[in-house]
Amino acid sequence: MSLDTNQVRKIAHLARLRISSDEAEQYAEELSRILGLIEQMNAVDTRNVEPMAHPLDVPLRLREDEVTEVDQREKFQAIAPAVEAGLYLVPKVIE
Amino acid sequence: MIERTVAELAQALHERKISSVELTTAFLERIERHRALNAFITVDPERSLAQARAADARRAQGEAQPLTGVPIAQKDIFCADGWLTTCGSRMLANFVAPYDATVIARFNAAGAVILGKTNMDEFAMGSSNETSYFGPVKNPWDVERVPGGSSGGSAAAVAARLAPAATGTDTGGSIRLPAALTNLTGLKPSYGRVSRYGMIAFASSLDQGGPMTRTAEDAALLLNVMAGFDPRDSTSLDRPVPDYTATLNDDIRGLRIGLPREYFGEGLNAEVARAIDAAIAELRKLGAETVEVELPNSKLAVPCYYVLAPAEASSNLSRYDGVRYGYRAEGYEDLIDMYCRTRAEGFGAEVKRRIMIGTYALSAGYYDAYYLKAQQLRRLIANDFVRAFERCDVIIGPTSPTTAFRLGAKTDDPVEMYLSDIYTISVNLAGLPGMSIPAGFDAQGLPIGMQLIGKYFDEARLLNVAHRYQQVTDWHRRAPRGFE
Repeated sequence: MSLDTNQVRKIAHLARLRISSDEAEQYAEELSRILGLIEQMNAVDTRNVEPMAHPLDVPLRLREDEVTEVDQREKFQAIAPAVEAGLYLVPKVIE
Repeated sequence: MIERTVAELAQALHERKISSVELTTAFLERIERHRALNAFITVDPERSLAQARAADARRAQGEAQPLTGVPIAQKDIFCADGWLTTCGSRMLANFVAPYDATVIARFNAAGAVILGKTNMDEFAMGSSNETSYFGPVKNPWDVERVPGGSSGGSAAAVAARLAPAATGTDTGGSIRLPAALTNLTGLKPSYGRVSRYGMIAFASSLDQGGPMTRTAEDAALLLNVMAGFDPRDSTSLDRPVPDYTATLNDDIRGLRIGLPREYFGEGLNAEVARAIDAAIAELRKLGAETVEVELPNSKLAVPCYYVLAPAEASSNLSRYDGVRYGYRAEGYEDLIDMYCRTRAEGFGAEVKRRIMIGTYALSAGYYDAYYLKAQQLRRLIANDFVRAFERCDVIIGPTSPTTAFRLGAKTDDPVEMYLSDIYTISVNLAGLPGMSIPAGFDAQGLPIGMQLIGKYFDEARLLNVAHRYQQVTDWHRRAPRGFE
């Protein structure tokens, strides 16, 4: 399986990565090589094999629905790129 | 003093032969003198010395624990309150963590001193420490060569005696490979043993933190602090933690060592193979027995991993959006453009490659062929270990197919770089504990690492075997020239 530059541009958009035309060509070549490695998986028949998502065969824990964190808004917002009046600032999304 | 192990330093502190302030000062000076290794991203003498003073005061009050006052270098993947925590990335180059990772909190509670934050591959994605935004780390055994990655800064720091011990994290070999290439003892615990809270996520079903030290005894001392249940990590397991130092000296007569045929075949450097054979012979002299075992699916661990780890990474790294913390690009047109520019400029080439592979593998129409297939293969790889462990107590083989390679040798070829982890990756896929210990040197004087793989939660046994081996060998005591 090899990827062309159109596919690379589509993947980059899904991943929210801006790429130039030169980069698209380079990524097409590199990602195709990596997919070549990955396709070695097809050498093994995995029909009826239960997929393994996680090394531990234990159910995730549940906890009481209680507030356990204290409010540290000012501390956390002190490291944000842009804040105003306790809110995170982003470019306008609604006209 | 810099030549001493953690156990010896702890004893010297206990006997008041040295203070933590003196010790911390000595290591800070060494870090400064050997800055050319690029082992650290952040050194903050004021903060470290404040902790050292507090440790000395605590000892004076009679409230010291074994590691109180011992300086330990922390991989820059662990959030430490008030410390710059970059994860080796431009994306977090300005990120001062507002809280402590559980691993950091545990070391702080034990009275250990944070000696600085060590360099690493960007977001722990790499096998050579060449993907760091802060530049490559040099191997103290040959500064023209890589220290291995992703915990390369921690490895170089301990190997060069800039720190008595360090932490690392291991998603596909990132503790064991650098340990092997720099003559250290490195332990990746079982998945679920050490809390991942505040440890910046790469691939959440694989990541695990662990110690990087000069001896197995030191690794046991560090693991005693690091291991344990944490309600803040949903994958942390609530199981009792043994005292890992208590069983170090246990007899290993009758121990059954499994030798996987697949780990000694084509692709393994002949000098590495000879060293591992000699190390196994040494373990036989201590009374261990060997049996041949098979891990038939291990050859597909690398392709399987390069679906699962990037898939998980593409999801984990979607949080870096330039809104709440970290880097934000300038000159954007709208929100989507801000995300795209921020991520394009904030991430390096290897991280972007993996995000794209992961995004592709999870995208509509390809999920079954890649992600599901890899999860099925993961089951087969894990089952191989279950079967092998019916016939043995530990599995032993090489950690890396070669010794340290030259800086730049594999940077143009991602696939070639990925194959560096051919013997370590299957251990993460299965979630087992794995360890690398010094086992000799090649003709060029470069270290060779031996890998020990254990059953689930059998870290104590790995440490026991490693310690007994270190009682009858002295590879682990050797220091690189110029750093003695």
